[in-house]
Amino acid sequence: MAFTFAAFCYMLALLLTAALIFFAIWHIIAFDELKTDYKNPIDQCNTLNPTVEKVKKIKRVKIALKLVLPEYLIHFFFCVMFFCAAEWLTLFLNLPLLAYHVWRYMSRPVMSCPGLYDPTTIMNADILAYCQKEGWCKLAFYLLSFFYYLYGYVNVSSD
Amino acid sequence: MSTAGVNSQNGTGTGQTYANGPTQAPASLHQVPGIGSGMTHQPAYNPLQAKAPTPPGLYPYQPVPSFNSSPSAQPLLSSPLVGRPPSHTPPLSASPGPRLPHGHATPPPLAAAAAVSSSSYYPSSQHSMAPTWQFNTVPQLPGSVAPANVPFRGTVGNHVNPPASLPAATSSAPFSSTPPPLNNPQPPGPGIPPTSMHGYTQPGLAPSPGNFMSPHTYPHGRPGFGPPPTGPPPAMKPTPPPPGAPVTSATPPPPKADGALTGNGPHAPNNFNHVDNKMAGQTQPGPPNRHVGHYPSLPPGYQNTSHAGPPMHPPQPYTQPTQPYQQSLSGPGPAQLSPSLAAMSLQSSTPEALRVVNLLQERNLLPPTAVSAPTPCLPQDLQKINCNPEVFRSTLTSIPQSQSLLNKAKMPLGLLLHPFKDLSQLPVVTSSTIVRCRSCRTYINPFVSFLDQRRWKCNLCYRVNDVPEEFMYNPVSRSYGEPHKRPEVQNATIEFIAPSEYMLRPPQPAVYLFVLDVSHNAVETGYLTVFCQSLLENINALPGDSRTKVGFITFDSTIHFYNLQEGLSQPQMLIVSDIEEIFLPTPDSLLVNLNECKELVQDLLKSLPNLFLKTMETQSALGSALQAAFKLLSPTGGRMSVFQTQLPNLGMGALQSREDPNQRASAKDIQHLSPATDFYKKLALDCSGQQVAVDLFLLSAQYCDLASLGCISRYSAGSVYHYPSYHQQHNPAQVERFQKDLKRYLTRKIGFEAVMRIRCTKGLSIHTFHGNFFVRSTDLLSLPNVNPDAGFAVQMSIEENLDDMQVVSFQAALLYTSSKGERRIRVHTLCLPVVSSLSDIFAGADVQAITGLLACMAVDRSVTASLSDARDAMTNAVIDSLSSYRHSVLTIQQPGLLAPACLRLFPLYILALLKQRAFRTGTSTRLDDRVFAMYQLKYQPLAYSVLLIHPALYRVDDLTDEGALNISERTIPQPRLLQLSVEKLSREGAFLMDAGTVMYLWIGRNCHSNFLTQVLGVPSCSSVPENLYLLPELDTAESQRTRAFVGWLRDQRPFFPSLHIIKDESQLKPHFMQNMIEDRTESALSYYEFLLHLQQQISK
Repeated sequence: MAFTFAAFCYMLALLLTAALIFFAIWHIIAFDELKTDYKNPIDQCNTLNPTVEKVKKIKRVKIALKLVLPEYLIHFFFCVMFFCAAEWLTLFLNLPLLAYHVWRYMSRPVMSCPGLYDPTTIMNADILAYCQKEGWCKLAFYLLSFFYYLYGYVNVSSD
Repeated sequence: MSTAGVNSQNGTGTGQTYANGPTQAPASLHQVPGIGSGMTHQPAYNPLQAKAPTPPGLYPYQPVPSFNSSPSAQPLLSSPLVGRPPSHTPPLSASPGPRLPHGHATPPPLAAAAAVSSSSYYPSSQHSMAPTWQFNTVPQLPGSVAPANVPFRGTVGNHVNPPASLPAATSSAPFSSTPPPLNNPQPPGPGIPPTSMHGYTQPGLAPSPGNFMSPHTYPHGRPGFGPPPTGPPPAMKPTPPPPGAPVTSATPPPPKADGALTGNGPHAPNNFNHVDNKMAGQTQPGPPNRHVGHYPSLPPGYQNTSHAGPPMHPPQPYTQPTQPYQQSLSGPGPAQLSPSLAAMSLQSSTPEALRVVNLLQERNLLPPTAVSAPTPCLPQDLQKINCNPEVFRSTLTSIPQSQSLLNKAKMPLGLLLHPFKDLSQLPVVTSSTIVRCRSCRTYINPFVSFLDQRRWKCNLCYRVNDVPEEFMYNPVSRSYGEPHKRPEVQNATIEFIAPSEYMLRPPQPAVYLFVLDVSHNAVETGYLTVFCQSLLENINALPGDSRTKVGFITFDSTIHFYNLQEGLSQPQMLIVSDIEEIFLPTPDSLLVNLNECKELVQDLLKSLPNLFLKTMETQSALGSALQAAFKLLSPTGGRMSVFQTQLPNLGMGALQSREDPNQRASAKDIQHLSPATDFYKKLALDCSGQQVAVDLFLLSAQYCDLASLGCISRYSAGSVYHYPSYHQQHNPAQVERFQKDLKRYLTRKIGFEAVMRIRCTKGLSIHTFHGNFFVRSTDLLSLPNVNPDAGFAVQMSIEENLDDMQVVSFQAALLYTSSKGERRIRVHTLCLPVVSSLSDIFAGADVQAITGLLACMAVDRSVTASLSDARDAMTNAVIDSLSSYRHSVLTIQQPGLLAPACLRLFPLYILALLKQRAFRTGTSTRLDDRVFAMYQLKYQPLAYSVLLIHPALYRVDDLTDEGALNISERTIPQPRLLQLSVEKLSREGAFLMDAGTVMYLWIGRNCHSNFLTQVLGVPSCSSVPENLYLLPELDTAESQRTRAFVGWLRDQRPFFPSLHIIKDESQLKPHFMQNMIEDRTESALSYYEFLLHLQQQISK
């Protein structure tokens, strides 16, 4: 019944997942804007990809909103937390996404700065569709995990 | 140049609106060959015949079932009714028209015959058409027919060319000749009905240019009818029922008419033809032209009549495959074709494209002359004004109705464009308002429909728009109230001079910056002399106006700028050695006005080659030089020409050698096809944003990592030139090529700060672009510069079903600033029919375009995945499409590798691609060569890349004037295309291989001494010098012929193919032999083996 480390992890994950949901929605909107010709792909990729200056700025402003990398880092972060808390089931559920993130980052186009999206290829219909689908899938995953963490939190703290 | 073209303003005369057509005249040329290609297909009929039931009575009906496509065809017909058309042409009125004829026709026996024939007019008649065919072959009534034939021949020719749209005047002549036949044959039946139709339909429609067409149609139709009655009277009787059926189906024509409306309503008669065509198209989309070619010998009348009778004969076409070609060449009067004839031919032709070819058995698949684009199966008046296939071409000339149908066909759907092609005639329109659709911004084009005088309906989004007041006045005819006769509505390719709304900033001047490598390596190759010489010679021919600016930067391990300020006594060199933080030494006078400082520029060019003669600097800081150049150009935009001779190895963008020469041949998979760094790509995007394009000239013997360097041009819409092993002394052929290319490069047309948008009918969407550009949004390409030698490819997908559409349109609009500082818009519009059956899709396949698009896709695949993946994908593309054809289209399964006639070259082209430098494996290929070949496949216009894929081989030791072309008083012999196989070579001959950028003249060991002495000026084969790359100018007929032929081949493309004369023991012989695509090599299959492999995969 105590406020254990695991409970803390769940609570943290809960909050962070809310942020991730926000990211996912933003991601979907961003690609929709691209598709509907709202934005120039160079600008869009610049916002999607964190550049060094932007990372600095973000630290200051504490808005991690525009970044892909932060999403990966946040997810990785609470995976580590679950690992430390020995919440194996939760960790197991998150592993596929973790692995996907690693794979996704490894297979990114040749770029000199961090980031996933290449303005010259992003307008390809396949890539665009893939990114949109990715956004929706992640949104679904985060939503489900949000409730799962809520349940986990209640469950762990009531034990 | 082009602008000078047809000024619609000058307008020849009202009647000749079409005469504007001259612009399209170029198109006609293409089409003619197309016909020829069609010829070969003739056998296609066989299946039909086999299927055709002999019982005459049943005949008309039966054909329908026999056709695979026919069932689908019917729904199509009905669909038009449902479609939008109703609003325009009162369907009611239209239907009565057709009926009338029937009524008349049926009562008297003679009339019956007529009725039958008339049925042909109606779309429904198509079913019966197939049988008709056979009839044609029946040579009845030779006497009576004969007169008719003569005129028809003319028409046939015309038919082929119809798109060409010869001046109206010429067409009229043929018409006049036709009248006699008209009178002779029974006029009442067929002739009348159309007219009645005409009357009905017309009211709704605006008077169209097409009018002149209609009269023709009638006459032709009649003669055609005449023969039938005499021939197979018994057969006729059964036929009547079909006509009835047709009538019902006939209703569709009105919708068609709507389509025609775009062209212009009045064509009612044409509409019929269209319908027929449509039908034919559906059954067998094959380009109408082709048919014509085949049958020229047949009496036209027969063709018409054939409907009624059972197929008496096997089709004659087989025997005369070559004829069409000749006709097309000589084809005097394509324009004269009557629409009805055209329709007939269409119908008959349909089988052509779909004729089943067993590839394993038919060896000689190559047409005797170049393969030409198929003609979309469109109503003739639409096709006539359709975009020239050299400018705008689709892989499938019949668009499938839905994505699932497209997936079933397993063929790629896409467009190949050559939007800025040099055109000999181009209508240019100046007006303060450019008429565009208000919702989708489509430019008004020949395929829109006018609802009435005041409103037009967009053919892409179907929005109804108002016709602005200004548009009501027609500058060509100087008349008011005829918006459909404006040049915008008469030409599928047109150029507008844009008003100021189309400028984001004042049009930029022409700005040229040359960035030259002057390291030791560069000086060694000696290119600098050639460059300076060329530029000096052409400095007055650089496109531009009084504002033109030029500048020069040279670099080795430092960057050198040249101050050319007016008033200096000599150019001043400024050296910047801080290559990490590059800056401009002076803010201005590095780019100077060419006219004001011409002398200084000339001084500089004269002294430049000597300036660095002694240099010992071996390093190259290309990246910094590019950045400097970008800084220099970014305020204005312009063109940057970069000459590089080695791997950049200093400063930003330095690269390492990634190629291991020993692995070239043995490596399982080719690595390093993608860029090593994104420095060049990012710089290119920056350039693109500032309207700077970078053209890269790579002259190098060693590895330069074109895969990385090329990005600078690729994303800034530049072009890449590659001269491997360039050396002033050691490689004179390369030097000559460089000189010629440079001349073309410096003097060709150029468009600055351009964008190109490709729009397509609602329901279609663009999937991927191929070429050099930056994609700024789903349908918009950003092209800092556009040049006339750039081609683009676009993959399309079908997002919504196109059920209720008869045709779809594509429009490419290129907005650019000309070198004179004018903002212009060049608009191309292509219209294609929509079909609902697989067989129609196959019949409309354009094998060259498909190959071109597949090549682009394969290049992408080999960069993103791997080369072997790309190779597999190409092989699978053939397997999939042929097996889809076999399983879904063919009703009778025969053994062998079956392909429709229009795809018969598909396996050959794919094999050629697999053996192309870009994709071959197992042969030692330098990485740069490979990457360059990939670039070429992606940005060369299709007409040129086809030769890169499948070279042309000619025997040239026995050139004769037989069948020669006559162009501007030069006689150009036309030898036959040979297959690329060693078996076609003989020691007694001399063979010319045209591989696009290079030509090889192979001299057999025992070559006729006549050829050696008369053409090469040497007594014997052994005395032919090594490294001979010029044909001596001898004053003999043989020499003149050979040179005329080679010169003609060279004139057809903007770059200069170097000629190598090789013998058996020459160093270059392996290059020559590698192009022998049909032969087996150590690492690759022969053509026959490849076919066997395909067959095996398909039958799995």
